[in-house]
This record gives sequence, C-alpha cells and structure tokens, in this order.
Amino acid sequence: MRQLRKSLFHLIMVAFCFVWIYPFLWMLSAAFKTDGEFFSNGLKLIPDRFKLDNFKRAWEGANFDTYFLNSVVISASTILLVLFATATCGYIMGRHSFRGKKIVFALLVASMFVPMEFAIIPIFDLIKNLGLMNNLFGVILAEAGGNHIIFILLFATFFREIPNELEEAAVVDGSGFFRTFAQIMLPLAKPVVGSVTIMQFIWSWNSFMLPLILTLSKPDLRPLAVGLYALQGENVVDWTGIAAGGAIAILPIVVIFLLLQRFFVDGVAGAVKG
Amino acid sequence: MGRTGESKKSRRKVQAWCWLFLTPTLLLFLAFQAWPILAGIYYAMLDWSGLTSDSTFVGTDNFVSVANDYYFWNAFKNSFKFMLGVVPLHLIVPLILAVILNRPGLRGASFYRTLIFLPVVTTTSIVGIIMVFIWGSDGAVNGALQSIGLLDAPIDWLGDPSWSMFTVVIVSVWKNLGINMVYWLAGLQSIPKELYEAAEMDGARGSKLFFRITVPLLLPIGAVILLLNVVNSLKAFDLIKTMTNGGPFFATDVVSTYIYRYAFSSEMGLPQLGYAAAAGIFFAVTICVLAVAQNVITKRIKGRSSL
Repeated sequence: MRQLRKSLFHLIMVAFCFVWIYPFLWMLSAAFKTDGEFFSNGLKLIPDRFKLDNFKRAWEGANFDTYFLNSVVISASTILLVLFATATCGYIMGRHSFRGKKIVFALLVASMFVPMEFAIIPIFDLIKNLGLMNNLFGVILAEAGGNHIIFILLFATFFREIPNELEEAAVVDGSGFFRTFAQIMLPLAKPVVGSVTIMQFIWSWNSFMLPLILTLSKPDLRPLAVGLYALQGENVVDWTGIAAGGAIAILPIVVIFLLLQRFFVDGVAGAVKG
Repeated sequence: MGRTGESKKSRRKVQAWCWLFLTPTLLLFLAFQAWPILAGIYYAMLDWSGLTSDSTFVGTDNFVSVANDYYFWNAFKNSFKFMLGVVPLHLIVPLILAVILNRPGLRGASFYRTLIFLPVVTTTSIVGIIMVFIWGSDGAVNGALQSIGLLDAPIDWLGDPSWSMFTVVIVSVWKNLGINMVYWLAGLQSIPKELYEAAEMDGARGSKLFFRITVPLLLPIGAVILLLNVVNSLKAFDLIKTMTNGGPFFATDVVSTYIYRYAFSSEMGLPQLGYAAAAGIFFAVTICVLAVAQNVITKRIKGRSSL
C-alpha cells in the first residue's frame, strides 16, 4: 500500500513536470518540423523527420549568427566588468574600514530599492551622449551599471572570513596592497567568483529592455533576446523559423544551467537569506 | 579592524588604496544609478522629444498631464491588477511545492526541483514569444482543454480583452515560480529539526505542525519574498511587451509599456521623452513608497510579536 502511494506520487510529479516544461519541448520539436507538418500536426512532440532547414534559415537568413555573437560578447564583457567592480568593492567592504564606509554602504543598499527600469530614459540619453550608440560597448556598460549589491555582499562576507594571519604573512613577505588582493585573496574566493559569473551570465543573456532600447536604430547590435522579438515583428508567418531562433537563444542557457546549477541555486538562496 | 603600531603614513596609504578599489563600483553607481535619478527628475520638467536638442522648461506641466491622462491611470490600474494576480500565487503555490519537495528521503527531489526551476533561467522575452503560440487559438492550451472536454470552443486567450490579463498572469507565475520555491526551500531548511521532533512528542501531527511551527517561523523570509515579488511584478515589462504589447485595447497595458510607447515607439508620432520621464518618476516613487511602507509594517508586526 505504501509502495503504491509512493508510485502514485511520482507518477503525478512526473506528469506535472512534463506539462511544466512542455513549452520548451514544443519549441524544440517545432524547430525541426516543416511548415506543412507544423500546421497539420502542431501539437505532436516528435517530428516526422529531424530537418535542420529552420535552424539554417534563422542562423543565416535572419542574422542569428550576428545576434548570437553579440549575446556572447555582451555577456562575457559584462561578467568581467561586474566581477572586477564587485570583487574589489567587496574586498574593501569585508576587510577594511575607511572614512565614509557607512555612507557608501547605505547608498548602495538604498539604490537596490529604486526601480531603475523607470529611469531608463536618462540611461538611454547618457549612452547616446557618450557616443556609444554605435557599438556594443554602450549595451555592456549600461548592463554592468545595474545594481550589484548582492554580489558585493557575497564577496564581502567571504573575504571577512579569511584569517588575518594569511594577510599578515603576505605583508611580511613584502606583498603590497594590490598583490595581496590579486594573488592571495582573490584566488581563495573561487566559489564566489563562480556564483557571480553564472548569475550575471543568466541576467545578461536574458536581458531585454536595455538592449532593446539601445539597439533600436542599430539592428546589427541586437542580442538574441531582442533579435527574436524583431524577427517576430517582421515575419509573423514563419513560425518554425521563430521556434528555431528561440531554440538557438535558449539552449545555451539551459545547458549551462544544468551543468552549473549548484552555484546558481546556492547563490540565490544565500542572497535572500543574507 | 584596528591596526595598532601602524604609522600614520602607511595608514593613509591604505585609505587611498581603499578608495581606489571602490572606484569602479562608485563610477558605475554614479553614472547608472545616481545620475539617471537626478537627470530623470530634470527631464520630467522638459517639453522635449529627445530627437533634437531643443527643449523648453515646463515645470510640473508633465506631471499634471500624466495625472490627467485616462490611459496612464488605466496602465497604473493594470500594473496593480497584474501584481495582485501574481503575488498571492507566488506566495502559496511555491510554498506548497517546497514543503512537498523538502520531505526527508524523498527520491528524485532534486530532479523535480531542477525541472520546476528551469523556466526561471530562460529568456523572458523569448518565452513570451513562444507563449503566443502555446496560448494561441489553435495552440497547446486550447488543444488540451478541448481534448479533455473542459472547453467546447477555443478561447482567444491573448486576443480577448477579458482573458488577456489572466493569461499573462499565469505565464508570469509559471516563469518565476521556481525562484520563489528556492527561497521557500532556503527558509524551510533553516528551521531546526528538533522543533518538529519536540512537537511530535507532544502529539502534534501533519497540518498542525505546518501551521504551528512552519508558518510562524517562515514569516520573516516570507516578508522578504513578498517585497521582492511586489516590486518585481510592478516592474514587469519583457513578458507583457512580447506577449500582448499592452493590448488588446490596452487591457494589459502596464506602466512600463505605457512609458515605452511614449519614449521610444513610433506608434504615437513624435516621442515625448519629458512626458515619459514624468510618468516613470511618478511610478518609481509609488513603488518606493510601497516598499518602505511594507518594511515599516513588517517591523511593527515583528516588534509586537516579540513583546
């Protein structure tokens, strides 16, 4: 009887999870279908034949090769910038005291509650006036400019726990402030670097509003998230092509999440607990 | 961290290093947080298209126009409708799932957790476009409901103004439920097991354990989850922009899509950056007031219960 109840529970959970991820399975299957099959048998999950035509059309015809490269460049650069800024700031916040520390900290925390989505117009104008509308650097900078107090706190908490002896030994060996940070402290913080990298990757890869606004007049600079939206606007009837484009955009992030999910879930949970 | 025996000079050197290390974060903060807030307030007082440099200072005129615009209040109401639809579901459903998946010795728990979490990491704008198909007239939702006999004729989930808000709420809940489940799981795992053991010794069981121990101890983290969801749902843009673009007939037009239309879209003729900035500030202030109010109320309740 208990065994039966257990099996029933798992049966319900598996069915629930199947329905839960059905939209992604549907997208993947539609990406392989021909137009004819899509319209005659749209709900079937296993296509008759796995044809790559839709992917080819999206990749070459609809510029998804460019969009993909843009997404990679934007995400990678934003991660590097954010890591650099939050690691240095977190190091100071966790291990050093200086005049005005409380004010700096209060400002960073308070700005977390300001919905910057509604201050998008000055950001747009700032990037325009800096002359960065014509290259990816504008998107990267605006993207990295978001609030990262969570990452700063993760670094600060980690660096605070490192014993003083380690630092003192380094200073005795003649290591300066910067070398102590870069060669001794930062390598120890690998788990935090991992969490920040994957979280920032997911946020940059998925970001939509900022790149949409900053690439309105420059279609060549669009990342995938904006590219598919534009494709849908221009070509309403190519459903299988849109499904293929969606798969190109979503598969990398799903694969990376499945491989590195521990870092991500731990980081998120740590952020809300702290 | 007092360091005795350090000379004044080297202490000053350390201070300089501190500020140097803070510089990247402070520069980004000044450029992309402090400046946009200040500049936004100024822009809101201009009659300015954003395309040319000629603008006239109009004081509070834009705010008055915003407050008198029927479509702004429609969007304002819709933002709150969306929030009130999303937030209760985000508090209750993920908590139930977290309690189910947190049972000790449950096989496959991490597998289920991963699948439920999956939509969270995917791109919202792309999910929105895919959902237009799934919830379309001949999409999967209508297909499934018709084949089990719940529906006679397909519903136009996104094209019918009386259903469109419901549809975006459901999709938004599906998209973000996983992250709330992880928050709740973190809360559940912070409750000491001894408490349950002691209560069981006293004869408490099942739902009594849940309402007497789990719920009260989860209240603090619940307040954080509530705040996060209220703020995030009022900011929603990506999903609504891609699924309905505020339509049909402005039925899902929220403040963020309203602002976008005035600032960046050509639908309305010449853009009105000043006017859009005013609407943005108006709503940002609303959200801040809500967030602060919620903080104060939770602190009050906490303070009273500890007496």
